[in-house]
Amino acid sequence: MALNRKIAYIDLSTGKIEIKPIPLDIRRKFLGGRGLDAYLLYNHTPKGCDPLGPENVLLVSGGILTATLASATARTHVMAKSPLSGMVGSANMGGFFAPELAWAGFHHLVIKGKAEKPVYLWIHNGKIEIRDARNLWGKTTTETQWAIREELGDDDVKSMVIGPAGENKVRFANVMTGIKNAGGRTGMGAVMGSKNLKAIAARGTLDIKIAHPKEALEYNKRFIDQITSAKVNQTQGTLGTPFIWGATNSWGGIRCRNFQYNQELYCDDIEPEAIDEVCTETVGPYHMAGCFACQVHCRAKYRIPTGPYAGVYDEGPEYTSQGAFCGEPDCRSMETLLTGNHLVNQWGLDNLETGSLIAWAMELYELGILTSKETDGLDLRFGNDEALLEMVRRIAFREGFLGNALAEGGIPASEMIGKNSFDYLIQVKGVSNLHSDERATPALALNIATASRGSDHLRSRPAIDLYHLPEEVLRKIYSNNPVPYDGPLSSEHTEYAGKPWQVFWQENCYMAVDCLGICKYHTTFLGATLPNFQDWPKVLYYNTGLEFTPKEIWDVAERCNMIERLFNLREGLTREDLKKGDMLNHRYFDEPTRRGAPDVVGRVIDREKFRKMIDEFYGYKGLDENGVPKPETLKRLGLENEPSHLL
Amino acid sequence: MEPMGKVLAIYPEKCTGCRLCELVCSVYHDGVSNATRSRIKIVKWEAEGVYVPMSCQQCQDAPCKIVCPVKAIYRDEALSRVMVDHDKCIGCRSCVAVCPFGAMGFNVIERKNFKCDLCDGDPQCVRFCEVKAVDYVDADRVSVLKKKEAAEKITAARREAAALMAEPRY
Repeated sequence: MALNRKIAYIDLSTGKIEIKPIPLDIRRKFLGGRGLDAYLLYNHTPKGCDPLGPENVLLVSGGILTATLASATARTHVMAKSPLSGMVGSANMGGFFAPELAWAGFHHLVIKGKAEKPVYLWIHNGKIEIRDARNLWGKTTTETQWAIREELGDDDVKSMVIGPAGENKVRFANVMTGIKNAGGRTGMGAVMGSKNLKAIAARGTLDIKIAHPKEALEYNKRFIDQITSAKVNQTQGTLGTPFIWGATNSWGGIRCRNFQYNQELYCDDIEPEAIDEVCTETVGPYHMAGCFACQVHCRAKYRIPTGPYAGVYDEGPEYTSQGAFCGEPDCRSMETLLTGNHLVNQWGLDNLETGSLIAWAMELYELGILTSKETDGLDLRFGNDEALLEMVRRIAFREGFLGNALAEGGIPASEMIGKNSFDYLIQVKGVSNLHSDERATPALALNIATASRGSDHLRSRPAIDLYHLPEEVLRKIYSNNPVPYDGPLSSEHTEYAGKPWQVFWQENCYMAVDCLGICKYHTTFLGATLPNFQDWPKVLYYNTGLEFTPKEIWDVAERCNMIERLFNLREGLTREDLKKGDMLNHRYFDEPTRRGAPDVVGRVIDREKFRKMIDEFYGYKGLDENGVPKPETLKRLGLENEPSHLL
Repeated sequence: MEPMGKVLAIYPEKCTGCRLCELVCSVYHDGVSNATRSRIKIVKWEAEGVYVPMSCQQCQDAPCKIVCPVKAIYRDEALSRVMVDHDKCIGCRSCVAVCPFGAMGFNVIERKNFKCDLCDGDPQCVRFCEVKAVDYVDADRVSVLKKKEAAEKITAARREAAALMAEPRY
């Protein structure tokens, strides 16, 4: 049964390991995955703890449906207090690790303390062993994974690992599994590094009993047909996420030259079709790969065609890499894109944060706020491909003043650089914005401002807002599904009315998905016809036997989002604080967009309307005007006694 | 002559490596999710992005059938498949040792072998594989498709040569 997967508490300081069942009432309140991790984070980290200290807690989990027939239950969730934001740290990755962890008997790992020497965890059929990792220290992410397989003598071992960046505690180092599946955001790799934890390896052969196997198989088939019939997923399955970059750039929604422009021009060489061509030439006509049990197969395989890394195999690049190595630093070379993507994968850096911070430094350099003295002679102009890739290396290995400063994350770096450098930093809660430009899309602006892990597009983004769907379609998704809403809904992406509800709805939708352990491409994210609250009760019932109504799943999601909110408030979230609040950089309000389609160019976010959106959004969440939950809200969600220390 | 029946055709280059086939195989046969119980397995060279689905070839002169000391393995000609009579099977694993494809599995809990039975004519791996890296086709189609593929390459080469010849020379 999925329900008999265990939770393990591992203290790296003492070597003590404790294994417990997960009680059913906890499951009914938090399901699993990110939701239960959020509960554990709030309960197990002391207020104000040092994110890179031994008292921070690292949580690793699969969802309640991981490795069952729910389609694409590949996601591994990693959580801790973030060394980048000082608030909720959370990253989610595809691949094959979480299913292997579930087959090995576990859904949740709670890792505390700090090992004296580098170690890794070996998890196999109900047992957990802390093993010496001194010989793995210094290795890249793939070298580490292959070395673990060799040491354990088993090619089927799946590991989640850190690279040199995580060892060097770069505050946005990621966690990797496979060639390119990354738990990228908020520095979870640095937390592993700070604990001297190089990797977690899992291999399992334990049955997960399916409650109603026949029905689960048939429903899964229907589910898959629904998912693969969506045009957006067919495009994903051909071009991968770069198609999003292509589409939004031609329209004017891509951050270019840090935040100076909202569209990259003359970039045919790095468009999705160009990437596809390289993949076809270097790998073959069938070059798309899938994560566990997923039929979308959005992961492209390629070999770098030219340059010093010519012939090297890697996967991706995702559209975040296009942002990091093309749009933001204003480079337009396929070689740079594919090489940059390879370097961050190997060294274990979040591509999004890396590219965004380098682009910020480039703007500072061109403004004279940074000089060649701080860059150690590096000519950090926009469009300098070599400088861009060299900066990636300096960050990963904390070399030079600037490499070390950027490795500390945006806000600390702005303090080290001084002057008015902070004004140019495009971040929320200390976490860099995606390479998208939200000045023409209030809904997306509200999403990044209020996302629990800092600026982020995967927490509450109503991405279908860009499709100009007829209002009837929007009503079908957002009204009475499963909670009543009869307020405005607008097909117009420049509108403010109705957007707070959409953001609130998506926030709960994505949280539910993260608790179940499935991928966001299998829900109402990029496709309007994909499964959501009405479909999940059946999936849950057939696979686990648990009975939930759509509304009960919604309630779980709302509860888990509130726990993340409570954690952020405890760590200092203040509504309009530029560094720790639900607030955007002043450039969103003051600098109009310079490029793009007629309904995009010349746009800013209206400060007053933005404030009203936040008020309305807080209202739906049951928060007061300062963003703090009202007592009745906590009572309604059953959170009035948190932290309750039940698990 | 009678037609030869359908066979499981595997096209490794199309495989996305997702392993949904392993999942549905174990749920269909055993009611549990467990990749090690699957009759089909995706063998991977992850560092190069190469994935190869491996399953029983339902051999005509099946080594497993020949080696079985208690004659528990037989051919079911109706579906053109190799089957195991588990009432006769003594769990000696000779078939596991001799299979050239590693397609005979051994269940360490029930102490019995297990292999692909083509799901009695509706292979679930095929049903769920959207890219059809595993397919269930009439036996003669397998080689026809291979022929066509090879022929296409020859044609392309000819066309290229013709185009080269047609290019003006200065």
